[in-house]
Amino acid sequence: MSPSSTDTIDATRHARRRRVIDALLLAALRCAAGVSAAVVLVIAWFVAAEAWPGLRDVGVTRLLTDDAWRPTAGRYGMAPMLIGTLAATFGAVLLTAPLGVGSAVFLRFYAPRRVASVYRRVVELLAGVPSVVFGLWGIAVLAPLIATVSPLGQGQSLLAGVLILTMMTLPTVALTTDAAIAAVPADTRRGAAALGLSRRAIAWRVVIPAARAGIVTGVILQTGRALGETMAVLMVCGNIVQTPHSVFDPVRTLTANIALEMGYADDRHRAVLFVSGLVLMLLVAGLVLIAEAIDRRRVHVT
Amino acid sequence: MFRAIAAHLMMTLMLAALLGGCGDSDAPATARSPADGLTGKLTLTGSSTLAPLAAEIGKRFEQRHPGVRVDVQTGGSSRGIRDVTSGAADVGMSSRSLNADETPGLTTHTVAWDGVCFIVHRDNPVAALTNEQLLAIYTGKIDNWKQVDGDDAPIVVIDRAEGRSEVELVTHFFRITTPDIKADAIAGENQQAIKSVSTNPNAIVYLSIGTSEHEAARGVPIKLLPLNGVPASVATVLDGTFPLARPLIMITRNDTPSPLVDAFIAFATSSDVDDLVEAQSFVPIKH
Repeated sequence: MSPSSTDTIDATRHARRRRVIDALLLAALRCAAGVSAAVVLVIAWFVAAEAWPGLRDVGVTRLLTDDAWRPTAGRYGMAPMLIGTLAATFGAVLLTAPLGVGSAVFLRFYAPRRVASVYRRVVELLAGVPSVVFGLWGIAVLAPLIATVSPLGQGQSLLAGVLILTMMTLPTVALTTDAAIAAVPADTRRGAAALGLSRRAIAWRVVIPAARAGIVTGVILQTGRALGETMAVLMVCGNIVQTPHSVFDPVRTLTANIALEMGYADDRHRAVLFVSGLVLMLLVAGLVLIAEAIDRRRVHVT
Repeated sequence: MFRAIAAHLMMTLMLAALLGGCGDSDAPATARSPADGLTGKLTLTGSSTLAPLAAEIGKRFEQRHPGVRVDVQTGGSSRGIRDVTSGAADVGMSSRSLNADETPGLTTHTVAWDGVCFIVHRDNPVAALTNEQLLAIYTGKIDNWKQVDGDDAPIVVIDRAEGRSEVELVTHFFRITTPDIKADAIAGENQQAIKSVSTNPNAIVYLSIGTSEHEAARGVPIKLLPLNGVPASVATVLDGTFPLARPLIMITRNDTPSPLVDAFIAFATSSDVDDLVEAQSFVPIKH
């Protein structure tokens, strides 16, 4: 047998082996994708099924209009907690968005290279801090600090929740904004510079508008995180079920409510807690859809 | 064709791995056959205060007797007493003593004590509060420490999450219902309650005596308030003098003796479960 024919056989064998590996890999990936999708569906179905007795027996109207949340006494007013959740979340977003974008612009346009590198590491570190650590810090440092200025004499409040959520979402918004700015083609920036625009004009008039979709998507996804955040919020918000009239009022969020009461709830009380879980899932799903829509538009534009 | 087979194979493999994983975590590699002859199912119903502890005890009992299944259901102390009387449950769980008309034919076994005390910051000059003062503070009728011989500072009243055993004990003690309580904040876990007071000299909260004593001994700046002149401590809970405490009891029937029930009760009242009792913030009984 000549050496060249051995080579051919080897090559065929190789090709066949590669095909088998490819097929196996594809199957494995399909399984993984199928499992992830199935898990989400199973959870959604489970939450809906558990919530159904609550929706059926209590009804949406009573959940929204009952005058108080006293599940052991048959009163299921969830509206104050829905308001508390939205207030804490959007309060945090109002602070996070400008601060996060500002910090990313500083990083990309103003910071000296060495400062920028250290700063970026610090922000990444902050993004990795577990929420319970933020909660402990909030109850031990932030709440007593707020207590010194609060007319109520204690610091566990909506304000504490907003600030903690801001601290938790800020680093990720800063990082996603940073990435969105980095993704703007260098030609755009060079073109702007060639036109003789100032650094400020390049940043705010050219690059930020070009990166807008990526920035907004990052902010929206972090809004979802703030909505779902539980431990830290539970520890600093005071957890009184009431509609807040000032930032110093304690509030209870839907997530905190589930964490506080699920361990001790049964029957209808438990089902109503699942209803609040369902509401949270729908809110987050809505946000993800919005982020998705914005992301798609970006693909069409560029 | 090949791809289909490969996909099939992969699927089977993954399923096998999944099932195998489940099986392993469920049963330790030790022999499954009951070595001591104890088999069957044990049903416990009753107090939701005792149920989490009973479930933990049940789990450990199942580990030691692989042929036994322990099923724990809640539904309140009255249901526990009713079910064990009717035979619907093997063991009833109650967090209150039995009424005279409930006792015939039943035996009670105390498995732990549930004691709750009020705590304030160590720097708070108030050394004791009467029951009337505590009630007035928690219902919002007193809102400044100077009204109870303390500093001129607002009282930050901290309540606990609805459904917890502490709430049940305190509302029962003061003969009030949860809507009567006017709180400034609500704490969930014991650590959150401790932190809320140790970081705020004007706060007051109530929680498990065992946890409070432990934290105070560790140097956390909290102070346990006496009640009716009785100091709050594990010792006064155990000797029955501390008023805000109750036994957690398991109830069995006298007329249908069962080796399985006897073995379970013996285990639940042994020192083998002391760590489980403490993990639930209750006080273990004297053995």
